[in-house]
Amino acid sequence: MAALTRAPAPPAPAGPEQRPPRRRGRLTPYWLLLPGLLWLVLFFVLPMVYQASTSVQTGSLEEGYKVTWHFVTYWEAVSEYWPQFVRSVLYAASATVLCLLLGYPLAYLLAFRAGRWRNLLLVLVIAPFFTSFLIRTLAWKTILADNGPLVGALDALHVLDVTSWLGWTSGDRVLATPLAVVCGLTYNFLPFMILPLYTSLDRIDPRLHEAAGDLYARPFTTFRKVTFPLSMPGVVSGTLLTFIPAAGDYVNADLLGSTDTRMIGNVIQTQFLRILDYPTAAALSFILMAAILVMVTVYIRRSGTEDLV
Amino acid sequence: MEQYESDRPAPARTAAARRGPRGGALLSRRSLLRASAGGALAAGGIGTLSACGIPPAGRTAGGVTTEDHSAKEKVVNFSNWPVYIDVDDSGKRHPTLEDFTRQTGIKVKYTEDVNDNTEFFGKIKPQLAAGQDTGRDLIVVTDWLAARLIRLGWVQKLDPANLPHAFANLAGHLRSPDWDPGRAYSYPWQGVSTVIAYNKKALDGIEVTSVSDLLDNPRLKGRVSFLSEMRDSVGLTLLDMGKDPAKVTDDDYDAAIARLQKAVDKGQIRRFTGNDYTSDLTKGDIAACVAWGGDIVQLQQDSPDVDYVIPEAGWMLSTDNLLIPNKARHKANAERLIDFYYQPRQAARLAAYVAFISPVDGAREELAGIDKEAAENPLIVPTKDVAARAHSFRALSDKEEAAYEAKFAKLTGA
Repeated sequence: MAALTRAPAPPAPAGPEQRPPRRRGRLTPYWLLLPGLLWLVLFFVLPMVYQASTSVQTGSLEEGYKVTWHFVTYWEAVSEYWPQFVRSVLYAASATVLCLLLGYPLAYLLAFRAGRWRNLLLVLVIAPFFTSFLIRTLAWKTILADNGPLVGALDALHVLDVTSWLGWTSGDRVLATPLAVVCGLTYNFLPFMILPLYTSLDRIDPRLHEAAGDLYARPFTTFRKVTFPLSMPGVVSGTLLTFIPAAGDYVNADLLGSTDTRMIGNVIQTQFLRILDYPTAAALSFILMAAILVMVTVYIRRSGTEDLV
Repeated sequence: MEQYESDRPAPARTAAARRGPRGGALLSRRSLLRASAGGALAAGGIGTLSACGIPPAGRTAGGVTTEDHSAKEKVVNFSNWPVYIDVDDSGKRHPTLEDFTRQTGIKVKYTEDVNDNTEFFGKIKPQLAAGQDTGRDLIVVTDWLAARLIRLGWVQKLDPANLPHAFANLAGHLRSPDWDPGRAYSYPWQGVSTVIAYNKKALDGIEVTSVSDLLDNPRLKGRVSFLSEMRDSVGLTLLDMGKDPAKVTDDDYDAAIARLQKAVDKGQIRRFTGNDYTSDLTKGDIAACVAWGGDIVQLQQDSPDVDYVIPEAGWMLSTDNLLIPNKARHKANAERLIDFYYQPRQAARLAAYVAFISPVDGAREELAGIDKEAAENPLIVPTKDVAARAHSFRALSDKEEAAYEAKFAKLTGA
């Protein structure tokens, strides 16, 4: 706050010197950034420092926790919980791919074909956010109920035999299997995919499509050579906004999954709240963040776009 | 990662603005964020890292008590679980609390903010560890968490002078749990039974009478759930194996975990659940499960298919307990509230609504006058024969608790 009160001084009385106003102008962006930076320091940097410290502490609630630079915690966390890490990445990646496959056509429709229905459809995309995340996830327990119509139909069509053989479902049920968790993740994060895709697609000049048509490009070629490349920023930010929270999610695995579908978020929750092993929980969180950061960096580098939306 | 947050769908910028020169004299958002985050980390540096830490419990600076404002401020802040108190027809007022206010002039600020023991502990821990007031005068937590709070020295000793009814009417078998001998710190709010529940329609004639049936009957494969509350699930399993949870040894515990693990491995147990097993059970996705008595009473009102069995080998009885956290401002008021609910009449009014086991002697007779059916339900008022088969998990030390929870967590997949 002290910094805020030192906001730019009022302009000096007019004089022969021309410089001060210009210098002030150059500093303006920094002053404007100050609230955001303070926010980041307070709610991102400080918690990170605290978490980093926790991860190298040892002790117990009764004896207190002290920083002992016990880095072994990291190694133990990885060797003990790598299956949950791998599972989280797999589930999050599957959900992201599904979101892209479902979200792209929808975003395309919204951007180019929806006409006067566009606003209504956009509201419908966001509408699920008006109810709680938990309730939306619990609704999937009804949708996928063992004796429900959906599972009955899938069973009659022998789809469950295939998914069961692949290990995605178990017997003639979908709930409490990996497929249910991925379905929940896909559903819950779909809007985060659609909205960036839509903004990206919406920005494409329709005249480019006309030009492509004039140059005898077939619709698919137009999509492949014009539309899709121009929507890449939306694809990249959409996949990031889906993958990152999905990888750390624990609600879907908790409510729709079983013992063999627990994700790393569940492990962190259990370590922190049940076992009260704060160092391991902090170390696991750091490892998850580092893993996501590495994957995202590689992904952005390879996707060849610097713009996000 | 945060930097992508700022890139959420934003109003379209013009192409020229987007293509503006990066870096150089112009401020680049990314480089700035990177620089500032790095700078702050470096400045804070190693020193900050080692400065963090949590002080040992029990040695709270400035003592556990604070000046009692009960006489001046006629209020008590009461934190309880949702749907754990009587409600009138409008659904907004709590008749027993209103009677308490009428009798004593003490206003009750009633908050339903305890949803989960572990989460609630996470919520109040920072203040209690730092020796600060949590803003709550009275909390209700399950016995194992009550035991932990007492062990850590984070709750206040009660003054018997303010608790005449409680002292006189507390049920005999609850008078001296091993984690709070003589009830120096805690009084039970309600007793919670853990038994086996099933859905008649989903069972389709399969007989379920014991935990062994849940774990071994191949016809129930994938349609059985256990509770994620370690003491309830493992306790019931121990009883089924002929062991007493009140005297559990490490070997007994490991054997019970191994027995459960076998059932998990062959796909017998579908899930370990919190309260959400209730919807699975009524839908029939789960045919039989380990369940809480109070839930079953409530479920039976809407779903005639739901029924329960109290295993021959015994059932688990736990309690949810009233505690006064350190530094609470209205200790005496809180004690008067505890005492109020130990009058058989008030206890019966509460029991008639919440359908859990009342810890108050004499509540049964009063309950018969309010709700005859409830008074005859063994899940609300256990008969002598049923009461004799009740068991509780023994108090665990800090280290034991961590080890047991870790083993149980491994069983449940995380």
